[in-house]
Amino acid sequence: MITAGIDVGSISTKAAIVKDHVVLATKVIQTGYNAQNAGRKVFDEIQAETGISSSQIQAVVATGYGRKSVTFADKAVTEITCHAVGAHYLNPEIRSIIDIGGQDSKAIIIDEKGRVKDFAMNDKCAAGTGRFLEVMARALEVDLDAFGEMSLTADKTSAISSLCTVFAESEVISLISKGEKRENIIAGIHASIGARVMAMGNRIGLKAPVMMTGGVAMNIGVVKALEEKLNSSLVVSKSAQVTGAIGAALIAETVKGGNNE
Amino acid sequence: MTESQKPIDPEKEKRKIKSDKRMKEIMTEYYVEAKTPREQRGKKIAWITSGGPVEPLICMDIIPVYPENYGAMIGASKMGVDLCEKSEEMGYSRDLCSYARADIASATVNGGPIGGLPEPDMLICCNNICGTVLKWYEVQARYFKVPLFILDTPICHTEFTKEMRQYVVKQIKEYIAFLEDVCGKPFDYDRMDEVGALSFRGQELWQAILDTTMHKPAPITCFDAFFHLAMIVTLRGTRTVVDYYEMLLAEMKERIAAGIGMIPDEKHRLLWDNLPIWYKMRWLSDKFASHNACLVADTYTSGWTSSMKYLDPDDFLGSLAEGYTRIFLNAGTDIMADNIMGMAEKYDAVGVVFHSNRSCKPYSLGQYDIQRIVQEKMGLPTLMIEADMVDERSFSESQIDTRIDAFIEML
Ligand code: SF4
Repeated sequence: MITAGIDVGSISTKAAIVKDHVVLATKVIQTGYNAQNAGRKVFDEIQAETGISSSQIQAVVATGYGRKSVTFADKAVTEITCHAVGAHYLNPEIRSIIDIGGQDSKAIIIDEKGRVKDFAMNDKCAAGTGRFLEVMARALEVDLDAFGEMSLTADKTSAISSLCTVFAESEVISLISKGEKRENIIAGIHASIGARVMAMGNRIGLKAPVMMTGGVAMNIGVVKALEEKLNSSLVVSKSAQVTGAIGAALIAETVKGGNNE
Repeated sequence: MTESQKPIDPEKEKRKIKSDKRMKEIMTEYYVEAKTPREQRGKKIAWITSGGPVEPLICMDIIPVYPENYGAMIGASKMGVDLCEKSEEMGYSRDLCSYARADIASATVNGGPIGGLPEPDMLICCNNICGTVLKWYEVQARYFKVPLFILDTPICHTEFTKEMRQYVVKQIKEYIAFLEDVCGKPFDYDRMDEVGALSFRGQELWQAILDTTMHKPAPITCFDAFFHLAMIVTLRGTRTVVDYYEMLLAEMKERIAAGIGMIPDEKHRLLWDNLPIWYKMRWLSDKFASHNACLVADTYTSGWTSSMKYLDPDDFLGSLAEGYTRIFLNAGTDIMADNIMGMAEKYDAVGVVFHSNRSCKPYSLGQYDIQRIVQEKMGLPTLMIEADMVDERSFSESQIDTRIDAFIEML
């Protein structure tokens, strides 16, 4: 059985194709302003790349903040459940997940079957999310992809105390004007995300081993900052960014009703 | 298509609560009387906090008016943001309770639902619900230049001590003297016995109505209770409440007998904690219903019967001090957690939805602890929704949508 998962996030949209519980392909594109188009586009592109046509795909599950705009999906499932299923598939030992996406961050506790036991999400605020990092990258005029490596060369971690993105941005700007090294500021930004996300994780009581999923997991600086707060190492899969899409495709295997078109 | 041409959905029709109509009539009559010009009305008007002892007012033929009930109307009619912004222009902080903000602003404009509340002749403020009401009522007393009576009820973290009793009993006497002074007539203690008995009976009936949801499927959800609550809040101590609730209770019993549940295919029974999100009632109720989830009970509507065990129907006035001091919001976190766990057992709920309400600090402050206690002691899954009861700017629909979906997926 071939199924697909589409994860429409606020910054990027992801797709995964699964055949009999094995991931065949994944794909990431930018969401842009039209979430509905992005879902369609990533689905078309992954089909073109794999040569698997939509008639072969028996079920599609959509997830992410734009999950309800994916009209061709058989079912919409929240990213909480999809990340749980995806993380469990990637590593069945995992008991907790930290997912930092574009507009929200989550901490999820799962059981030995990959079922969600509890979760917490950031409140209506961009602090501790991918968007926060984007704003900071702009303020620092640094390419976001370089953030992780740069922060590893910091000689100290600048203190960024504001929880609010706007205030933190002005803190960053004043640090720049004081001549603080960019590397140190970036390390400070990562530490502030780490503190913010761990506060949420501690609220529900994270259990090891903890996996980090979502696009921000590719930022080694944030991973290190979280590990420091967590006092243990994080499991980061190469598929971190597409974990939700993989979970969605796996859930699609259980969706009755078959063909998506 | 006009309203009358719409085809009637028999399924929906079956689930409609027939008594609603009568309730709307009663509330309209109540506000029409209160809004009648002072000269024609004859009666005086007192603004009173929702948890304040209203029975002595009824006894003195004073019409009680509730700014908090009005706040709910403002929220439900989606006028909250405008009025909150207006109060912020006046200099009030956005962190202040949105009932207070909306009420303070609406007093200064000729607007809001029903064109604003009738002006008060006096203000009665009891801080058994929160500390906000103290400053709020002081502001309004200065604005309307009317006398203010403050009843100070110490928080009962665990118990109601002898000293507390003396302290509150003394104030109840002062309260009566205050009313005699403002009205220029003596207090009628015999009538007080009748009013007290009616208040108690009203509370009994209200609790009986709430308890009908122990039945599966539940004949109503908490969203219905939020609506019918207005009666026990505003007309407590009158025959009207007793008559109406008798009618509503009879209807609930009929529904149970006929097997009518508010949620057609009731699957998940849940509890609600904290005030309703007035401007999103329909959305939330549809949202939970779409998952076949039924909010069978809540800590809010049962708040008006929370201290019945301390009230004596045969000596209402004598038990007033304890009854009004020991309401659920004036207690410690452990008592609140016990209350929720007791309700979960009683109504056989499988999860708890907490509304973390930016406005109401006394209600929301201990929620994370309560959440943890409920999870640890009962293993119940819980959901936290961050919002505000009136100020829509504090509501993020897509985030809350995801949280509710994920919570139900988890059950
Ligand atoms: S703070 Fe809470 S108890 Fe006090 S008036 Fe506002 S909503 Fe009511």
